[in-house]
Amino acid sequence: MAMTGQSVSTGTSTWDRIKKWTPIFIIAPSIVASFVYVFVFAGWTFYISLSDSTLLPSYGFKGLENYISLWTNRRWSVAYTNLLYFSLFYVTISMAFGLLLAILIDQRIRAESFWRTIFLYPLAVSFIATGTVWQWLYNPSSGIQFLVNAMGWTDFQFALTSDRKNAIWAIIITGIWGSAGFSMALFLAGLRSVDPDIIKAAQIDGAGWFRTYRKVVLPTIGPIFIAVAVVLLQFAIKTFDLAVALTNSGPGISTTFPATYVYDFMFQRGEIGEGAAAAMMVLAALAIVLVPYSLYLVWRKRREANNG
Amino acid sequence: MADAVLTAAGVEDREAAIASRRRLISRIVIYGLLGLISIIYIVPFLVVFLNSFRTNEEIGQLGLISLPRSFRLDAWPTAWSDFCIGGQCDGVARYFWNSVAMVIPATIISTALGAINGYILSKWKFPGSEIVFGFMLLGVFMPGQIALLPWAFTLGQLGLANSVYGLILVHCIQGLSFTTLFFRNYYVSVPDDLLKAARIDGAGFWRIFWKIMIPLSPPIIIVTVIWQFTGIWNEYLFGVVLNSGSNQPITAALVALSMSGTSVRTYDVMSAAVLIGALPPLLVYFFGGKYFVRGLTQGAIK
Repeated sequence: MAMTGQSVSTGTSTWDRIKKWTPIFIIAPSIVASFVYVFVFAGWTFYISLSDSTLLPSYGFKGLENYISLWTNRRWSVAYTNLLYFSLFYVTISMAFGLLLAILIDQRIRAESFWRTIFLYPLAVSFIATGTVWQWLYNPSSGIQFLVNAMGWTDFQFALTSDRKNAIWAIIITGIWGSAGFSMALFLAGLRSVDPDIIKAAQIDGAGWFRTYRKVVLPTIGPIFIAVAVVLLQFAIKTFDLAVALTNSGPGISTTFPATYVYDFMFQRGEIGEGAAAAMMVLAALAIVLVPYSLYLVWRKRREANNG
Repeated sequence: MADAVLTAAGVEDREAAIASRRRLISRIVIYGLLGLISIIYIVPFLVVFLNSFRTNEEIGQLGLISLPRSFRLDAWPTAWSDFCIGGQCDGVARYFWNSVAMVIPATIISTALGAINGYILSKWKFPGSEIVFGFMLLGVFMPGQIALLPWAFTLGQLGLANSVYGLILVHCIQGLSFTTLFFRNYYVSVPDDLLKAARIDGAGFWRIFWKIMIPLSPPIIIVTVIWQFTGIWNEYLFGVVLNSGSNQPITAALVALSMSGTSVRTYDVMSAAVLIGALPPLLVYFFGGKYFVRGLTQGAIK
């Protein structure tokens, strides 16, 4: 106990001892709940992924069969290919777009909070609501295509959600629309933390606006790039709501994601074992992103400590 | 001499003129870009908002994206209490109230627990408290998919299956990691000397919490409440998996609504329904925007 140092010695009555244990008693239920949630639940799902569960959980051991069946399923290869494709474009474009917005807003503009409010409001709305509305906009007979056709360009076609090959772009575009404000907020916080004297010095040296950013400002906020990328990758791996609201994994199975695969196998097809195996893969994907990131954070902290 | 001074001044003037013109151009570019991008952001909201007041026939003829030619309020009461979702024809009201009944207790409980946990983990450290904090942090990253089956089973055993109470429990435990993290990181910066002084005056665990920590906490309480409220209100996966039929939250109802689209889509009523579902977090955002953004950036960069 950090602060009990001087007072513990003053009394050893039962009452004092009880008081000493108060914090531990109070936090104990939370510890148990978190422990169960993090370890027992994950372990449970892991066990089910090794079991012969189908419609209901059952505990006959089946080894890695569910994983083999998962990795040989064409639908799963569609799911992880989609995830890789989605992650690549969603993360990079959201970051580029967010950085652009942050730089624009950082130019001492008028009514800054008004602009910020506009770009950030999608974050307050559920992906379900956002996805539903964008699904209407993508609908060729009433949304964007209809508008452009009505304006005179009658050959214009924009029917992402009914096009097997490009339906994923409907999810990418809407995802970017929903999250670019988030990367803007983080980048803006980073830009604001850059020492204004460095920027002034660069400008006195005759560096233009673009050069100042590229050579002076952006390198100093390198860690923010990594943080934004990690968070967006997490969002991408967990992509579920958007895919359900926009395309419901369709047309066909073309926009299946790992997270929708889990839901589908567990609750639509009664293949709980294979669904659990897919859920473990989602967890593994998150670990692949987050374990190196945490190591990097520890490394950076140490380096900062060493450099004084 | 006089000539030289004049030309120097002229050059300066010209340079100043070039600089100010360049500034003007860059301002035009900046505001132009911001304006264009904000159109992309505002249009979807405007479309839903305006279409909730147009007639469905008009939307059918002129498309979703057009200026309204009619104005009526019928879609709102229909969406609220008459519209059919999955065979039930009493609108989104029931689901809206489910979400309200879920989000209020879950937000209050998880925030209160987070405050106490954060207080203990920062000011009453015990052997192993760092490890405890470490695995509570892991909860932040757990994907919901991993917990679906265990939750379904646990809630069944507790007799909370398919009930709002079950979802409250899920969101309390699910949110515990986040709320503890928020409060712990906030309380770490409260100087220990302040607490030592209070202890010497005889204040104990609870007195210090109520008299010192809580009065210092309004900013972090607001951040946490907003974070939890919007997160729980907007959550879909647990709502659709763990509850069914008329016990589902509003997000699940919205999906059921847009899936059950028969031959003719009633965009007017669906627009009103989407807005009803999005309104509570939007209001929270507009009134607590600063704190919302703070939570966002803190939640992201631990």
